[in-house]
Amino acid sequence: MYAFIFFLTFLLIYTIFAVYAERKISAFIQDRYGPMEVGYYGLLQTVADLLKLIQKEDIVPAAADRKLFKPGPIVVFVAVFAGFAVLPLTSGFQGAEVQIGLFYLLAIISLDVVGILLSGWGSNSKYALFGAMRSVAQIISYEIPLGLSILCVIMISQTLSLQEIIYQQGIYAQNIDQEAVNYLFGIKALGVETTNVGGFLTWNIFRAPIFFVAYLIFFIASLAECNRAPFDIPEAESELVAGFHVEYSGFRWALIMLSEYGLMLLVSFLGAILFLGGWNSPLPNIGSVALADWTTGEPGTVAGHLWGAFWLIGKALLTVAVQMWIRWTYPRLRLDQLMNLSWKYLTPAAIILVLLSALWRLLMI
Amino acid sequence: MEWGTTIFYVFGAITLLSALFILFTRNILYAAFSLILTFVGVAGIFVLSGAEFIGVTQLLVYVGGILVLIVFGVMLTNRVKGQKVVSPVYQKFVGSIVGIGLFMLLMKGILEANFGAMQWMKTNEQQTSLKRFGMTLMTDYVVVFEVIGILLLVALIGAVYMAGKRKGVNDAS
Repeated sequence: MYAFIFFLTFLLIYTIFAVYAERKISAFIQDRYGPMEVGYYGLLQTVADLLKLIQKEDIVPAAADRKLFKPGPIVVFVAVFAGFAVLPLTSGFQGAEVQIGLFYLLAIISLDVVGILLSGWGSNSKYALFGAMRSVAQIISYEIPLGLSILCVIMISQTLSLQEIIYQQGIYAQNIDQEAVNYLFGIKALGVETTNVGGFLTWNIFRAPIFFVAYLIFFIASLAECNRAPFDIPEAESELVAGFHVEYSGFRWALIMLSEYGLMLLVSFLGAILFLGGWNSPLPNIGSVALADWTTGEPGTVAGHLWGAFWLIGKALLTVAVQMWIRWTYPRLRLDQLMNLSWKYLTPAAIILVLLSALWRLLMI
Repeated sequence: MEWGTTIFYVFGAITLLSALFILFTRNILYAAFSLILTFVGVAGIFVLSGAEFIGVTQLLVYVGGILVLIVFGVMLTNRVKGQKVVSPVYQKFVGSIVGIGLFMLLMKGILEANFGAMQWMKTNEQQTSLKRFGMTLMTDYVVVFEVIGILLLVALIGAVYMAGKRKGVNDAS
């Protein structure tokens, strides 16, 4: 229950500042100022926008299918928000501690397709319909490399529990498994034990360096899942106006925006948990300078909660910032290029990585 | 009543009502979306019965995969001519007799089988461990597992072959 309240408020506040950050980052990249009027440096611009949105009339087009049009955005938001239920924020703070958290997340992320279909079809507009069709085709295609790159992590970690995956990547690995030992780059033959060194050396991308590629695939696929540029062909402004949500206004439109930013945050959290050590500190223990011990905090203590939340949220927000940076740097891909990238490059590469992960696992034990 | 039981009944009601809606609606698209709701309800019942893995698999395979494709198919064939696709009703009388008969048969089977009295129900192994599930799948049922894998691969190759470009068919453009 605490997790529900926390994530709901966190998501709202995060979205307000993420929209502001998006506009400021785009302005910086395009050498403009961005919002400057409301509050210092336009800090309250999104709050003002939000107030405006809530007051707006909830317009339903006359030819729209009301029964499908109205619940559409709600389904999208519920699907995204349900994903937060299993996210471990710190070593002791998690909505539902389920054994199959990772599997659940994969299933939930694919559910927002239903909401997109509902709103795209219900709008009864060719732009919305085209947007929804493109969006669904894209999300279904990119689920395959996404799932395969997550499978690599499961092969190395040997668990579907998100909390366990994080524990394995830090100095407290032995808290859940007495015999857990981490070696440098995961190669036992090197003989350099890093179990008590911690820091970035025990993150999954260092435990198995092939995960640098896996993370890259995961990141690209997650951009496509969120319909973010360079994969924003579903809402390509120049051809489709806004894609599947073109007919929405007011609160429902705000909900769709909230879910878009929520999904960005969710996949960023997931990426941080799977590859970047979750709530573990990036600073390693160097001899007597026990940076990892100082900046992680014993699980269950107040320090553990604070440091854990700080590192995990920090990593997730940084990833969101990279997503924004990419949006304003790369041009949009054409539809056939988009499908080529997924089916001809990312999927085969991910399949090879699954094989390599199995081999790497043999080096680790 | 306990929370778990209440939620169980809520999911049961969702499943039943949406299934009935599929039965009575004439609009194919509504029926397809309603089917999604049915599967979500069934997944909820699975989770509350302690079979989380099956529940999530249900979501992933049926809701996330198959059903979205069905809806997609309906949408692409529909609205091309600008009118709603409405399913006609044939053989009302025979259909309802077959339906009711099947229902009675299943009910009788379930009640006769008396699952509660079975041996493995009494051993009271509530905790379904994922590890054990995986072990069983890769040892006792490995042949079935592999056969299903090959079947899916064959289906995949068949689908790609049918959708792929063939000489003389798609060269017209």
